[in-house]
Amino acid sequence: MTERTTIVVQSGDMDKMYSALIIANGALAMGMEVWMFFTFWGLQRLKKGGIDKGPLSKMHLLGLGKWMVKQRMNKAKVVSLDKLMADFKDLGGKIIACEMTMEIMGIKKQDLYEDLIDEYGAVGMYIDKARESNVTLFI
Amino acid sequence: MAEIKVDVRGQTCPVPLVEMRKAVRKAVVGDVIEMVGSHPASMKEIPLAVKALELELLSVEGVETDWKIRIKR
Repeated sequence: MTERTTIVVQSGDMDKMYSALIIANGALAMGMEVWMFFTFWGLQRLKKGGIDKGPLSKMHLLGLGKWMVKQRMNKAKVVSLDKLMADFKDLGGKIIACEMTMEIMGIKKQDLYEDLIDEYGAVGMYIDKARESNVTLFI
Repeated sequence: MAEIKVDVRGQTCPVPLVEMRKAVRKAVVGDVIEMVGSHPASMKEIPLAVKALELELLSVEGVETDWKIRIKR
């Protein structure tokens, strides 16, 4: 059976979105199946146009810190979150959108990138994937 | 048997690994994938991925900022 990684993306912070997608793409590249479960602040990043809208988790400084980090990332030729997401889907990565978060925050399916989302579900669906995972992370 | 060339010079983590995976998916059994790159971590990582994917590592040449890796599917 193919090995599996499951990642809960609870944070919507830009730097954590990078961590989650880089790890996810690394796991796919090494032949694993990957499921990402986007919940709470993380789900905000799946709103149309929202992928790179998150603040920096530390030293955000009203956007100045994020701007500085982005400058440095560009200089180091780190790819965009959009590109990481496109690669993730290209390599067969799967996404679950948290339905409870959608209810709490009044998010409708049409507010989200529906073409990126494979399933809509709650904790049961996450556990169903995680219980037979080799790697599971909460970011 | 085809030889697939992948140039990831100037690209950084995780792109070389991702491009390796894309090339492997495109290749058929027996094809050779030749990658050139300049990201130091990838020179160590790609052989780890080759092992995880149960492919054959033909060669790793060069230095960590200018390397060439050959993989057989």
